[in-house]
Order: sequence, then structure tokens, then C-alpha cells
Amino acid sequence: MRLKFIEEKIAKGLMVVASLAVFAFVVNIIYTIFRRGFPALNWEMISQIPAGGYYNGGGGGILNAIIGSLYIVLGSTFLGLLISIPVVFYLNVYLKKDSKLAYVARLAFDVLFGIPSIVYGAFAFTIMIYLGMHTSLGGGILVITLLVIPIFIRSMDEVAQQLPKDLLDSTYALGATKLETIKVVLRQIAPGIATATLLSVGRAIGDAAGVMFTAGFTDSIPTSLGQPAATLPLSVFFQLSSPNADVQDRAYSAALILIFIVLVISILGRLITNHFSKHKI
Amino acid sequence: MKFLYRNPTRASWAEDYSFLNNDLDKSAKEKLEKDKEGLRIKKSYLKVSDLNIYIHKAHILKNVNIEIPDKKITCIIGPSGCGKSTLLKTFNRLIDDTEGIKYEGSILVDDTDIFDKKTEITDIRKKMGLLSQRPCPLPMSIYDNIAFGCKMHGERNRKKLNEIVEEQLKAVGLWEEVKNRLHAPASKLSIGQQQRLCLARGLAVEPEFILADEATSALDPISSKHIEELFVKLKQDYTIILVTHTLRQALRIADHVIFMYLGEVIEAGPADEVFNNPKQELTRKYLEGAFS
Amino acid sequence: MFSITVFSVLLVVLIGLGLYLKSVPIFDQNSFWQLISSSEWRPGSGQFGFLPFIAGTIAITLIAIVLALPIALLSALFLTEFSKSYLKKWVFTALDILAGIPSVVYGVWGTLFIVPWISEKLAPNFVEYSTGYTVLAGGIVLGVMILPLLISLFVEIFSAVPREFRDAALSLGATKWQTSKFVILRKTFPGILAAVILAVSRAFGETIAVLMVCGNLPMVPHSLFDSCYPLPALIANNYGEMLSVPLYESALMLAAFLLFIVVFIFNASSRAVIYRIERKFK
Repeated sequence: MRLKFIEEKIAKGLMVVASLAVFAFVVNIIYTIFRRGFPALNWEMISQIPAGGYYNGGGGGILNAIIGSLYIVLGSTFLGLLISIPVVFYLNVYLKKDSKLAYVARLAFDVLFGIPSIVYGAFAFTIMIYLGMHTSLGGGILVITLLVIPIFIRSMDEVAQQLPKDLLDSTYALGATKLETIKVVLRQIAPGIATATLLSVGRAIGDAAGVMFTAGFTDSIPTSLGQPAATLPLSVFFQLSSPNADVQDRAYSAALILIFIVLVISILGRLITNHFSKHKI
Repeated sequence: MKFLYRNPTRASWAEDYSFLNNDLDKSAKEKLEKDKEGLRIKKSYLKVSDLNIYIHKAHILKNVNIEIPDKKITCIIGPSGCGKSTLLKTFNRLIDDTEGIKYEGSILVDDTDIFDKKTEITDIRKKMGLLSQRPCPLPMSIYDNIAFGCKMHGERNRKKLNEIVEEQLKAVGLWEEVKNRLHAPASKLSIGQQQRLCLARGLAVEPEFILADEATSALDPISSKHIEELFVKLKQDYTIILVTHTLRQALRIADHVIFMYLGEVIEAGPADEVFNNPKQELTRKYLEGAFS
Repeated sequence: MFSITVFSVLLVVLIGLGLYLKSVPIFDQNSFWQLISSSEWRPGSGQFGFLPFIAGTIAITLIAIVLALPIALLSALFLTEFSKSYLKKWVFTALDILAGIPSVVYGVWGTLFIVPWISEKLAPNFVEYSTGYTVLAGGIVLGVMILPLLISLFVEIFSAVPREFRDAALSLGATKWQTSKFVILRKTFPGILAAVILAVSRAFGETIAVLMVCGNLPMVPHSLFDSCYPLPALIANNYGEMLSVPLYESALMLAAFLLFIVVFIFNASSRAVIYRIERKFK
């Protein structure tokens, strides 16, 4: 057998091994968390807020964190979409392909995308101190919004850049103004929006470093934007830092709940993406 | 209608197609073989029988039965979407990577079936040089583009590689233009030069066939004339199969013509016959320009 | 729309400026060079040496890239060049899950699986004793975390190569691996570089997961089995008490500023590199 066929076989073997490794990691992570987290999981955990002495092994659950995370995710996704759709639209419809502003803007979003959430958190924290604000749900939502905007813009922009120029031309030919083409553009980048939302929700719900500074942590469910809010990742983190083994087990259960929520979102996102891709040219 | 056309490079038809003639008596045939061997012409032969190709559920090629004459230019013509390119890419099994592909039938190249499991695909592809629609220089220098194929097949000798590069660049008339910048990126060449470079690259692995998929459609008229002239020159040594969308090109250089329509071969035969006296109504209409 | 766009662009400047202004006070007493080259970290007595944290961050990031890059390249090539579509679906699903898993869960996984594995199985072969909360643990967890990002970027880049390039190489009789090696990888080299840089800057800032498995001892790690204390973990661990110690806040903001600057430079330079190489090949 010739050398190149041997090389081909080896390379292919390595590739299969690498791909299997990806699977192995997924299975291992989920199995590890499930094995430790499932036995401690019960209805009380999901349906109640922490009772007194919860972090020393007392009763109660982590409903506060679940609700807090959901508030933050919903709020930041909404705000993020509100800000990023006009930006993507502006970049792709109003600006020319070789525009300096578009170039600088994309570079800026690249940088923003790469900025670690802890930096956003620290930045927001200094501003909040400056403004005399306390840690609050509103602060958490703002930080996570900052965090997801680059994700939204980057992934939508990627799809929008693929927009066939003919498509825009044909809408102009029908007499549409630039603003009116937004309907067509939106429909075309719908799958992009869906994936972007999916990505950012995943990042928003899982982020701990950003909200640590800004949303704070509390045992009650926030009733206004001014109150601090607990989040699931921080709940996992704090429970795990407890020396009490029972509480640590609860941390694993909380991690399991977090995984579960993320998986549900990702499956839903996939279904939505599939649905939207039908209308794509 | 009449085609006022004669291909000056073409020899007499009776002689060219003698190998298709079964009545030819044995001794004459042997004599012909001997002549060929005497001239040291590589013998190559391509025969397609009962070829059916499906992609998912679509029936792309239907019952294709053709033979491609040796050392001639065969043009595959037909309206777009008729399966010309698919047929061409089947010859070197480039369609293998298409999602949902299924094939039946056989293609014999030098008496080996290319669909046979034992046939090594890379050997088949080595025999079939492909020239694609747009010139597609590989992301490396001019020199490396041509040496690439030889290196792939295990040629490491620097001196030999140098010889091959020079020889092939000369064969496509590019040597004088690029000899001083062999190590510049191939993408720096003009588009016409790139296409000739791609041709030279294909020739460097010593193929027997040249498959060209609308190889001149992306080029300016002068470059495209250049390529056509090359084809006419190269048919002394290679069997050339040309998919073309422009009838005029087929008229200019074809020795043999295959007309396809909706995945079927409607008519195949010597260019004179097909162009001047088509047997099928459909062919006649296509040639008259009723559809394209 | 124009103003939103401009404002979000200015956000970069704003963050950089804000962090810089906040970290200025610390320069009154220490020079920049002193800060990043000293390894004395005693906030109480006003000594802020960032070297251990910088070294820790670089160490785990390097390990993560070294581990993740070959796996990511190989499986991305497998996905785009070799595999059938039903296989692709499975691997992509796995990648989606991996990408969606929150970093705190990676941290939990690290403490439950990687840390014990290192301290019980791996470390005894090399050193006398290791808690398992090490540079290596951080690197492994971080490596797995950046896998989905790397693979999806690579897959995107590889599938962007026009089919003609593959056809051209294949029809010269190259095998698929030869095509991948000499055409796909070479053609996409700038993209690969950019993807790696992106992954590096992501790894730089990862906080919670590495904080949970690195041990968090402010010392320069000398082996894979030493603990380390990356910059983000430093910020996260001390945000509560930083207001009570003089200059502490300023020091932590300097840490954030350093992270910001590194990410900024990496992103900007990766762009520059890409443009240069692209111009060369186009």
C-alpha cells in the first residue's frame, strides 16, 4: 500500500477519535452532574425559596435563583434585541460595503464580543458605585444586556452580510424605501435572529461573573428592578462553597436544573431555527 | 439550414472512427494497433453503459450509453440543467461527495469499471484532468501549483519536478510569461493565465483525458481563444471531453458531439453529422436556437 | 439607528476609559512595570504584584489551547470533509450542548471529575502530592469549554472554501486528507489563526469555572501540578472586600483593565493579520 493511503487512514482515524472525544466530554459532564445531582433533587428545591439556615443544611429551595435568572434573561434578551436589530439593519442596508464606519463598528463588536463578562461586571460595578446604586435586578439586566449585544449583532450581521444584493435591489425596484426593506431583511435574517437569541440566552443564563457584582444575591424573589436578585449560577457557586455536604449536594442538583433549562432552551431554539429557515432564499 | 463550417484540423471521419466499426477485419485492426504502438500513442478508451444517476429522488442522468473516441475533442452540448456537468464529474467520480448520490451502470476506462469497489478513486482521477469553469489556482505559488499533483503522487525529486513544471508551462504557453516569477502566488496571474496554469497543473500528473467544464465561460475572448487553440493542439496526446454552453465553441473545435437534454443523451456522433444533418428533431431545434 | 450604532461603538472606548481612570490611583505609588513584574501580593500593606495572576492566566490559557486545538481542527475537518450528514447532525448536537453548558457547570464538573482524577490518578505519577486544584485542571476545563467555539468557527471557515478548490485538488488524484492538508488548511490559515485568537481571548476572561478548579494561591506556577490564581478569579473573589482596603479597588480595576487591553489587542491584531495574509493570497 502506498504511503499516502496509510497517511489517509491514520488521519481519518484521528479525526474519528477527536469527534468521539467531543461526545465523550458531553456524556461525561452530564453523567457526572446527574449522578451527584439527581439523588438530592426534589420538588422542594424547585418550588420554594431558601428557608432560614438553608446554607447550613436547613429546608427550602432555590426558587429565588430560578426566578431571578429568568427575569434577567428575559429582560436582557428583550433589550438586546431592541438595540441590536437597528444596528444590524443600519450596518447592512444603510452603509456601503466598504464603509469606514461599518468596518470600525464590526471591529468594535468583535472586541466587545471578546470582553470577558467579569470586565463588564467590574465596569458596571464602578458606575453603579459612582451613581450610588446598590446591587439590583436592574443592574444585572443592564450588564447582561451589554454582554449579549455583541453576540446578537455578530451572529445576525453574519447572516445579514450574506443577503443577496439582488434581493434588496428588487425591493427597491418595487418602490420600497430603505426603511421599508426592513421587513424583507428581517425575514431573511430570521434564522440568524433565532440562533443569536439562542446563543445569548444560553450565555445570559449561565453567566456568573457579570451578575456577581451587579445583581447581588438574595434569598427572596425580587419584586422590582431596584431589588437585588439571585441567579442560578451564583446559587450553585455559593452552595458549593459551603462546607456542609448536604448543601454541596444541593449545589449539584442546582447545576442539574441549570443544565436542564439550558437544554430545553437549546432544543426549542433548534426547532424555531428549523421553522424559520423554511422561508430563506 | 446549413452550417458553412469545416474544421481544418479534423482528419477524415471514416478513419477516425474506424475503431467503432465492428466489420473491420481482424488483421486490419491489429495493424492499426501496431501503428498506434509504433507511434507510442497512449491508448485510452472510455465507455459509458446504462448509467443512471439519482440525487436523493431526482433522476439526474437517464440511461446514458456513450463512447468517447480516443484522441479527439468530444463536446457535450445541451441546455443548462441537462446533466452535462454531472456526467463530466461522474467520469472522475467527483460527484461522490454529493449528498444523497446513487449510481447504476458502469463506466469503463481502459477496461476497468470506475464504479468497481476495487478501483482506487485517486488513480481514476489522476487519469482525468479536470478544468473547471472558473480557474481555481490552489493557494500556493505558481511552481507549487504544478508540482502539487506530482508531489501528491510521491514525486520528491527536485530536479524532476523542475523539469515537469517547465515542460507543462511550456505546453500551455505560459513559460515565457511567468518564468521569472515562478514563486509568486498563483492568484497574482490574470484570469486567463490562471486557467492555463490550471490546465498545466492537470497535465502535470500525466492524465489520459482532459475534462473541461465550460472552461472558457469565465474568460475574456482572447484568453478563451487561447484555451481553444490549446485544446486543438493537445488532442494529439489526450482525449478531450468538453462541456460547453456555447454552440459556436462546439462548432469550432468539436470532432465528436453529444447532445443531452433533461438527463438523456439525445444524439451522439461525429460533429459534421450532428451539426449538418441531425437525426433527431430535438437536436435540430436546439441547433437552430429554438431553445437553449 | 446611526446614534445607536455609534454609541455601541463608543462603548468600547467608554469601558476602556472607565477602567483606566479607576485604576490610575495605584500608579501614584507603583510604576506599571513594578506592578506586573512583582509577585508580592499583600493588599493590606499596599503591595500589589500582578505577576502570579498574569502567569496563571497565561499558563491555563496555553494549556487549554494546546489541548483543544488539535481536537478542534481534526473534528472540524472530519465534519466538513469526511463525514456523512447523519453523523454531522449528532456531532453538532453534542457541540450545541457543550456550548450551552454554563461555565459554573463546567466548574462543578471540574471539581467532581477532573480535580479528583488529577490528584488521584495523574499527579502521583509525577509529583509527590497534589490537591488536584491545579493549572492543569484549569487548562483542561478551559480547553473543553472553548472546544465548541473553536469547532464551530473552524467548520464555518472550512465550509466557506469554495468547492472548486476541493475539486481541483481531488481531480489531480489527491486523497481527501492531502486535499485537507494542502488546500483547505492552507487556504484557511488566516481564519484558523483568527479563530484561535478569539478562543484565546475567550479563555483569558473565563472566570467562574477556572476559579473553582485552580486552587487560587497567589504564586507563579512552576509545574502543571501547582495551583495558580488567574486574573479574572482575582477580581471575582475579592469584589466584596475591595472597598475596605485602600487602593485595593484600584488594583482590581487595573486587573480588569489588563484583561480588557489584552482582549482589545488580540482582536485588533488578529484582524490586521487576517487582512495582510488575505491580501497576499488574493
